[in-house]
Amino acid sequence: MSESGPADPGHADLDRVFREEQGRVVATLTRRLGDIDLAEEAAQEAYLIALQRWPETGLPPNPGAWLTTTAHNRAIDRIRRESTRDSRQAQAAMISDTSDDPGDPISSVVDDRLRLMFTCCHPSLATSAQVALTLRLLGGLSVAEIAGAFLVDEAAMAKRLTRSKQKIKAARIPYRVPSDAELPGRLRGVLATLFLVFNEGYLPSAPSGLPTENPGTPTEPGNSVPVSPVRVSPLWVSPVRVSPVRVSAEPVRAESVGAAHGAIRTDLCAEAIRLTRVLATLMPDEPEVLGLLALMLLTDARRASRVSGDSLVALADQDRSRWDQDLIAEGHDIVRGCLRRGRPGRYQILAAINAVHTDAASVHATDWRQVVALYDQLLAVDPSPIVALNRAIAIAEVDGPTAALEILDGLPLAGYHAYQATRADLLRRAGSPEAAASAYQRALDLTGNPAERAFLRGRLDELGAGPVRGG
Amino acid sequence: MAQYLLSVHGSDTDEMPDDVQEVYAAVDLFNKEVQASGSWVFAGGLNPASTATVVDGTGNGDPVITDGPYLESKEHLGGFWIVDVPDLDAALELARRGSAACRGPVEVRPFQPEPDA
Repeated sequence: MSESGPADPGHADLDRVFREEQGRVVATLTRRLGDIDLAEEAAQEAYLIALQRWPETGLPPNPGAWLTTTAHNRAIDRIRRESTRDSRQAQAAMISDTSDDPGDPISSVVDDRLRLMFTCCHPSLATSAQVALTLRLLGGLSVAEIAGAFLVDEAAMAKRLTRSKQKIKAARIPYRVPSDAELPGRLRGVLATLFLVFNEGYLPSAPSGLPTENPGTPTEPGNSVPVSPVRVSPLWVSPVRVSPVRVSAEPVRAESVGAAHGAIRTDLCAEAIRLTRVLATLMPDEPEVLGLLALMLLTDARRASRVSGDSLVALADQDRSRWDQDLIAEGHDIVRGCLRRGRPGRYQILAAINAVHTDAASVHATDWRQVVALYDQLLAVDPSPIVALNRAIAIAEVDGPTAALEILDGLPLAGYHAYQATRADLLRRAGSPEAAASAYQRALDLTGNPAERAFLRGRLDELGAGPVRGG
Repeated sequence: MAQYLLSVHGSDTDEMPDDVQEVYAAVDLFNKEVQASGSWVFAGGLNPASTATVVDGTGNGDPVITDGPYLESKEHLGGFWIVDVPDLDAALELARRGSAACRGPVEVRPFQPEPDA
């Protein structure tokens, strides 16, 4: 892939363009060719051609259109070459020759990527397959990156993707946006996947990531307290289907986020937001779509303040003057609209929690009572221990660490390292350094992530070395 | 159009529900609807798996004939529909209605396409 070599200054740019255009190219070609595999292969061919040409000719005015056209032509060539042997592919060629009709009312109204999204998120595919397909075909992640996110080896992930695409083809999973009657049910899966894609962009997985199959993924250690109640953003609490992992997401994974990977994959965030906007346009009366959009906007608004050098910056330490006020205004506006509708759901509540945070001049000025009230609502729709854990973190801000500890005592999360780290921090703040030390030790025993272990060990050493230090 | 096998698996030893006649009536109604819609290819209910016989003719000599079903299982194929519909969504919708009618989960499996004519 790297014929131009890492020294080529344009290489990273090309990678970025390819990734940005991947979803558009594959989605358009899938409609034209009627075959995802063919579309993906053709897109890959077009990238290779571009990789040779663009360093000499410079980027074309519209790289996406260039890639799509080039990929399409290559696919047609290939189909014609092979059609003498295989008449089924000849049929595909016939489809492709007629389908680019500009008068096609459907293609002009519906974004191809949305079609592809509903296909990738079809309920007949396993959740992990849905996410992997979406990340590969729409997000443009490499198989290796997705494998890393799932903590499986690359060959296994390649096999899984192939199997999923075979099922789409053999079982004839349709390539279309579902009818009105089917839409609500199908929508939930799409929202969950979009949220995971956004997360993937906002907290790119180095070795950790998609938690669906990996409840033990380490929380993010870094330049500040990973699970300190004050610093934990409630945002990532128990996103749909996602368990424990991203409980304390706002702090970071500074060490693991290298320059190669980028601290924040803004293209994936932008893609998730873009697709969610399309979805919101298509379904203006679906409050959860709007809730998800607001949640993403209010999270993305903090992007500029979230990175310093190679490190992410915790919520408490962020320069709030750098937050994007336009995104915040839009997000708040959407949240208010959702409140007026009075049909709350998971994403709307998470968005509202973020609205409270983005409304505050500082962590200390945050309306934690409101946050607690929103967690009460969230618990009503999602009565999971993870939500309860994060509610307890907000409770600590309102009623103190002892009250929060009482809640923690009732949660069946003793084997979860973030629970132990949270408990340790609460015990420390409640003035029980010995119990805190023991909880830090348990958290240490439960996580294998080196950066987080270093952090926890540091906390432990501090406790042992002398008087407990605040914050 | 594509053909799908919609199969129902169940235990042969389950007792018949008291309102078994209602189940028969519901399945009958569903069958008529599928026929009327033009999706119908074939359907049938099977006798208990204990009535099955396995024939293995892969060897050189006489076939090996065995009493009972091929798979050792508590649950066996009890009946099926074969339908011809545009895509998986249409097949899943028929399966949903068939499942409600016969009161059992329905497995949907695509047939390989016919060889090109």
